[in-house]
Amino acid sequence: METYEFAVVGGGPAGMSGAIEAAKAGVQKIAIFDENPTLGGQLVKQTHKFFGGREHRAGKRGIDIASAMAKECHGLGIDVMKDTVVWGIFKGNTVALYNEGKAQRLTAKAILLATGASENNIACPGWTLPGVLGAGGIQTMMNVHRVLPGNRILMVGSGNVGLIVSYQLLQAGAKVVAVIDILPRIGGYGVHASKITRLSVPILTSHSLKEIIGKDRVEAAVIIKVDSKNKPIPGTEQRFDVDTVCLSVGLSPLAELAWMCGCKFLYVPELGGWMPCRSEKMETSVPGIYVAGDGGGIEEASTAMMTGAIAGIAVAESLGYLTKERSEELRKEKTKGLDPFRCKDFGFRRVANEKLIENIIGSKGVRE
Amino acid sequence: MKKLSKSAAAKGVLKREDLGRLPGMPSEKRLKKGPVAIIECADEFPCNPCEAACPEQAIRIGEDITNLPVLDEDKCTGCGVCISACPGLAIFVVDLTYSQKEAVVRIPHEFLPIPGKGEVVKCLNREGKIITEGGVVKVINPKRNDRTPVIWVAVPREFAQDVRAIRVSDTG
Repeated sequence: METYEFAVVGGGPAGMSGAIEAAKAGVQKIAIFDENPTLGGQLVKQTHKFFGGREHRAGKRGIDIASAMAKECHGLGIDVMKDTVVWGIFKGNTVALYNEGKAQRLTAKAILLATGASENNIACPGWTLPGVLGAGGIQTMMNVHRVLPGNRILMVGSGNVGLIVSYQLLQAGAKVVAVIDILPRIGGYGVHASKITRLSVPILTSHSLKEIIGKDRVEAAVIIKVDSKNKPIPGTEQRFDVDTVCLSVGLSPLAELAWMCGCKFLYVPELGGWMPCRSEKMETSVPGIYVAGDGGGIEEASTAMMTGAIAGIAVAESLGYLTKERSEELRKEKTKGLDPFRCKDFGFRRVANEKLIENIIGSKGVRE
Repeated sequence: MKKLSKSAAAKGVLKREDLGRLPGMPSEKRLKKGPVAIIECADEFPCNPCEAACPEQAIRIGEDITNLPVLDEDKCTGCGVCISACPGLAIFVVDLTYSQKEAVVRIPHEFLPIPGKGEVVKCLNREGKIITEGGVVKVINPKRNDRTPVIWVAVPREFAQDVRAIRVSDTG
């Protein structure tokens, strides 16, 4: 069985950052596995320019960040296995893979789980009709495969994803009839909202999806106003003739592999549900198993890069490539990059992350 | 910063009365002198590419990158480099001195078709209402803009602080 020093599951911003930092520190045999045909994770569909500071590659488009990071991985001699599904992790850090019709196993001294997230849904009458899609799914169709999913779209959810995907739909030539949100104010940044409002897309806060109508596919959607307790107000229904309803109602960490490893979990609603507890170095309760990015709690691509890097540094230290002092120094630098994403309106993220760290202290993972 | 209007807080859409509360907004006096940046950035999230982009160091955010950008209106030359550098597409340049009757608003426009010089386009306000027509004076789209073309539109002066988007033909 082939042995790696460091195996990374998921080639998005967190996974690539982890591999890059470890390789820079001298870790020798590193592999990234990804089920997609290209590296980059969700970055490959992000055609907009990113926020953040210089250390987060701000001002660059997500898709360009993906290719720059992939290039860096190749330059550092990291093995990249695309179209490869990691379907299990077993005793002795044995990673089970499936690639091009072949199953194989390998072992690694350290493993980083950077598996990302899955999209949430909301159920209402008609929600299973063809034409009801997740925002991430729409981005894949539109920005990766160049297929416009529909011409008239109702966007459900006004977080940054909903606002950005609405903008991208407009760029692709679709009409977004409205963006609705059950909350009394938008979830995303004002600047993202302004970009679509000034192009005549109404944002209807305190509105919920009541029903999706159609025989064989989506033909219309009915929305309804809600009161301050989120209760629908009868008589306030509004019907939109649309061919597509885009659901952008949050994400949940994809943490199956961490469950399988026996990592201790915690339910943290602020970060999207169940996720593994971990140390400040992103190590789970199971020694040698690390977690980073949305798979360890929903935040942003920029924070995924930082948490991935922190994990990579910790792995390099655990394998003896970095002194404790140097590792600490590097970790502090990356942690500083996280701070602006976990303060002010997003201070709850810092609190939630501290909870995950607190809950790992004294806990031991069960592997048997 | 003082509290924003209800519309700005709930929907992110700034009203005219919000502008004066932003640290990225130049004074009336400065506006009368010639082209100057209007930074319509009102919520504190981590972002600072505008600060590094400005060749005159006229935009300051500082160590805490969640601070709002502060415009030094005396240093700002209205060059417009910041327009395409802003990931939020929230920076515009307004030139009230363009002519007796018209002002020029420079707008980031990431849509096809890109209008040509001399073309007449529909001009929209922050709420997406068509409020006037404007003539395209210039189109700037060098490599540095990274696929964010900046369109210079001449509009009647009274609309200079309201026009924030354009519509070319029936699309966009």
